Amino acid sequence: MPSWKELPIGAVILEPGSSRRYKTHEWRTLRPVINQDKCIRCRICWSYCPEPAILEVDKPYVTSTNRRYEITYMVDYDYCKGCGICARECPVKAIEMVPEVR
Amino acid sequence: MGKIVPLSGNSAVAYAVKSADVDVISAYPITPQTTIVEKLAEFIANGELDAEMIHVESEHSALSAAVGASAAGARVYTASSSQGIVLMYEIMFIASSLRLPIVMTIAARALSAPINIWNDHSDFMAVSDTGWVMMMAENNQEAHDDVILAYRIAEDPEVLLPVATALDGYFMTHTIEPIDLIEREDALSFAPKRKTWFTLDPDKPVTIGALGDPQWYFEFKRQQYEAMKKSREVFEKSVDEFAKVFGRRYGAVEYFGDENPEVVLVAMGHVVGNIKAYLSRVRGKDSRAGVLKIKLYRPFPEDLIVKYLEGVKIVGVVDRALVPGSASPGPLHSEIVATLRKHGVDAKTLSFVSGLGGRPVTHEHIGVMFSKLSELKDKPASELPKEPLFIGVRE
Repeated sequence: MPSWKELPIGAVILEPGSSRRYKTHEWRTLRPVINQDKCIRCRICWSYCPEPAILEVDKPYVTSTNRRYEITYMVDYDYCKGCGICARECPVKAIEMVPEVR
Repeated sequence: MGKIVPLSGNSAVAYAVKSADVDVISAYPITPQTTIVEKLAEFIANGELDAEMIHVESEHSALSAAVGASAAGARVYTASSSQGIVLMYEIMFIASSLRLPIVMTIAARALSAPINIWNDHSDFMAVSDTGWVMMMAENNQEAHDDVILAYRIAEDPEVLLPVATALDGYFMTHTIEPIDLIEREDALSFAPKRKTWFTLDPDKPVTIGALGDPQWYFEFKRQQYEAMKKSREVFEKSVDEFAKVFGRRYGAVEYFGDENPEVVLVAMGHVVGNIKAYLSRVRGKDSRAGVLKIKLYRPFPEDLIVKYLEGVKIVGVVDRALVPGSASPGPLHSEIVATLRKHGVDAKTLSFVSGLGGRPVTHEHIGVMFSKLSELKDKPASELPKEPLFIGVRE
């Protein structure tokens, strides 16, 4: 991290779009973990996520009971803040909030 | 030397703002400041000043608009008093933290309640922790000159902080004195308009006013501290050059009186003139007394205060504001005590609170202060009053 002597004054940001490098996941205390076997691909987590940090990925998935889905829902852990709305709204309880431990 | 014309303090300030060739003025009327921006509106209407006058709905907006205009690279001016100044409080921190060289005049006035439009230093002292460079004039010529000095200091690339220049409401704002006017050409050669700060420019985009989380915020505060420190050196260089160009010498502090004083009164604003007159006429120059005027309040000129107060037996500090509950309810007294203590100067101090809400600080009051100081100068510090002495209040 740069020292105070190296930074432009007044907290001015000189590089456009640099906020892309700012990962807000540091705030999270609980991480959502999606059980891909239980998930019915209803898209409710995707639509409720305020971030949005639920990604709808074109990635086929075959469940243990041999059901094939063309898409997979994944969590963008760079930006998920662990609010738990997805877990609460999931109609089949396929998302579990797991404590962040490092 | 320019033209000498009779002007009220507010007009003197307005003429200086005109000479500084400001680009944007954003203000909301409030007594006793109003006639500064009224005069400026007149200059714009007459075509004497090519500036944008932004009429806003409050002082909070006035300073917010000034912040925006300054961020866009304009030379910006605003002015206010009392309730208007404290309504600007929030934005004052933003202006200094964004390092925008805004210049503002404070026509010093008491704070409500009760409603009081007259002069004291309540508003000035209330905003002294906002990160602005702050100075206060003793007379109208100084109030005029301070505006030009302020732009020079504010826009110095090593400083880049907003500057507040103050003058006492009514006692100065509405009192006419002869003013040696600084003409535009001279003002701009002394304080040239140069965009030394980051501005909003579509060709060179930057972000101003973004979030600074715990990983970043502290560093910017540390920078601000350094800039304020630097402004002290820039102030000295600027007053030196000002003296060379315009023939008037100002100091961060100015001393008047006996060469080897035993008792000194410390004061700010027009009251300094009263104390000088008292010392010259009433007391006579042979007594070992003096007055130390504090012109520069932020950054507080500790070095010079130590220089003048070292060896003095007792220092009386005249405060025209009151902070109930503080270890020293006189804010200037508080600064003086901290300075003396920090630098190991053992002069005793006495706090005088006087002239609140426009009550004049008369020669009689000043006489009482000097008598008190003489009476207590040889007493041990432990026997000195621990509370301020209220001079001029009805007991």
